[in-house]
Amino acid sequence: MTESMAGVPRSTQRRHELNESRVARLERMMEIRLVEDRIQDLFAQGLVSGTTHTSQGQEAVAVGLAAATRATDFVCCTYRGHGHALALGMTPDVVLGEVLGRQIGCMGGLGGSMHLSDPDVGLLPTFAIVGAGIPVAVGAALQFATRRSDGVALSLFGDGATNIGAFHEGLNMAAVWNLPVVFVCENNLYGEYSPLETTTAVSDIATRATSYAMAADVVDGQDVEAVQAAVTRAVERARGGGGPTLVEAKTYRYVGHSRSDKAPYRKEGELDEWLARDPIELFAQKLLASGELSASALDEMRRHQSHLIDEAQEQVLASPTGTIAQMFDNVFAPTPS
Amino acid sequence: MRLRMNQAISLAISEEMARDENVIVFGEDVAVAEGPFKTSEGLLTTFGPDRVRDTPISETAFLGAAVGAAMTGLRPVAEIMFIEFVGVAFDQMVTEAALMHYMSGGRYDVPMVMRASVGSGLGFGCQHSQTLERWMLGTPGLKLAVASGARSAYGLTKAAIRDNNPVVILEPRALYGQRENVEPGEESIIALGTAQTPRAGSDVTIVALGQTVNVALEAADTAPWSAEVIDLLSLMPWDRATVIDSVRRTGHLVLVEENQRTGGWGTEIASVVGSACFSDLRAPIHRITAPDVPVPYGPDLEKRFLPSADYVREQVGALLTTKTTPSPWWEEFV
Ligand SMILES: Cc1ncc(C[n+]2csc(CCOP(=O)(O)OP(=O)(O)O)c2C)c(N)n1
Ligand SMILES: [Mg+2]
Repeated sequence: MTESMAGVPRSTQRRHELNESRVARLERMMEIRLVEDRIQDLFAQGLVSGTTHTSQGQEAVAVGLAAATRATDFVCCTYRGHGHALALGMTPDVVLGEVLGRQIGCMGGLGGSMHLSDPDVGLLPTFAIVGAGIPVAVGAALQFATRRSDGVALSLFGDGATNIGAFHEGLNMAAVWNLPVVFVCENNLYGEYSPLETTTAVSDIATRATSYAMAADVVDGQDVEAVQAAVTRAVERARGGGGPTLVEAKTYRYVGHSRSDKAPYRKEGELDEWLARDPIELFAQKLLASGELSASALDEMRRHQSHLIDEAQEQVLASPTGTIAQMFDNVFAPTPS
Repeated sequence: MRLRMNQAISLAISEEMARDENVIVFGEDVAVAEGPFKTSEGLLTTFGPDRVRDTPISETAFLGAAVGAAMTGLRPVAEIMFIEFVGVAFDQMVTEAALMHYMSGGRYDVPMVMRASVGSGLGFGCQHSQTLERWMLGTPGLKLAVASGARSAYGLTKAAIRDNNPVVILEPRALYGQRENVEPGEESIIALGTAQTPRAGSDVTIVALGQTVNVALEAADTAPWSAEVIDLLSLMPWDRATVIDSVRRTGHLVLVEENQRTGGWGTEIASVVGSACFSDLRAPIHRITAPDVPVPYGPDLEKRFLPSADYVREQVGALLTTKTTPSPWWEEFV
């Protein structure tokens, strides 16, 4: 830790690390994969109640977006938000802790898998209602515009969310008001169990931006640097007063929609095709080729990340579950005195 | 036959679709996947894609389409996966569906059903665990009923599909997998607005709804006093006669509600019975509810949120002994 980082929250530090180094970005993608796998294991062992939505396969979108933004920007994510939270800087113990209903979690264990938040890195509480975060991001952008700050708000959502009114209303208003907001659609080809083409009239979500005279970009969501570049372009446009952008990242989830989903609806061979373009492998190969990373360092990185997740899990399991008294906390904000 | 609640719902819809070709079904993943909670099992295979459709994630579009299709001749059954999702399309239910008959001077009917899963108990967290009857309660033109198991889900669903008004049926999600004996057929239809009395008794009337019916029955079965348990089933309209008649006999009324305290469905029942049975009551009317907090995650906390059988037994016991209102469990925390 550098001198200037003393007293800075751990999640903010982690965000700086990610912003500064390509190797850190690979590491973070690995971390996300490992945490998601671990969450699924813990569910399988019956250590977690309820449901969870994991994001294996989509790590490049989360990390690319985080790398292109600042901890002082605001981000709205969804119930499929563990990866985004980790990418933005939240630590694995806090994420795992919330998923497991432990006090170490960001809501003290009262929220669960679908409700993560961390103001230290601008993560607004993740939204479990489809589309709900889109207009909220517009509001965060309105805040920046009103105060003439150069901050940017980002909204992450799925392909399915672009069929809900909030998407269309939010994009239109952002365009009309020329707000500094970036809409990032993770098009993973399915909304729950329904393939995109059965629910959505267009196959490229980005084309929807034309209805709002908004800039748009389509990007390979398996390529973290392509995502980073596209989001950077959009963020620069927004910071420079150029208004909102819709970025579509083409990606795929390697797991079912939620805990109980075995994904029988996948098209034959589709999963294998996407596994062949695993975002973590692609980026690792790139760093190996450039010489930034040696094969042995890569192995060591995997081992180390896995070890860190083991440690985080241990810490989480040692943390007590939420107490009955906590049920009554944070319902209303305190009245100003 | 012994059916899970989700099977009973599938069966009820299927029978009504066979009976009337105007009945159609749509919602998110209800066709190919047969429903996120398997409440439309076999419907697509039996009735085909014209009558059983998967929708985009567009609640306003498909609830609005249900209103339009209903006014012009079909009888749509639309599924809202979790009741919270109706929030994005609320206008279509409470301001459009509910008022079309009135706004047309009685010339258009809106024979549609909106089904939704509700309630706590499965660890889905604060945005997916509420019952929210109160959002729709007291909307003239909109009928509202709540199933308490396979049998009532079957009976209410059939009645709702045959009704010429927009009807909301709420289904406690935690009960989808539980089995009950269901006798398919006309006799099992439960007229909207009628309550049932699964347990007769003489000391106290306990009125319950949805998931709390089993809780109240369990409490009553293991208590030293004799409770009459009423499954209210419908909230709009609700069965005043059955409740008032029971309270006249027992002199005590306890309401067991899953919702948070303020503005819960029991307030309306309490106010009507308090006036109608003023001279019959031998203790204050008592509402057993959840506290005024969001539904917490974590099995222990969530369990505490929903009134348990032990808690109901304790509270009713205290009421009957002291003839005063017992404090709720959360008093020490607020
Ligand atoms: C308003 C609303 N309708 C339905 C749901 C149920 N639901 C949760 S996730 C989901 C699919 C969303 O698909 P998409 O936007 O593509 O995101 P993905 O899950 O693929 O990341 C659905 C239908 C919800 N949470 N909110
Ligand atoms: Mg999707």
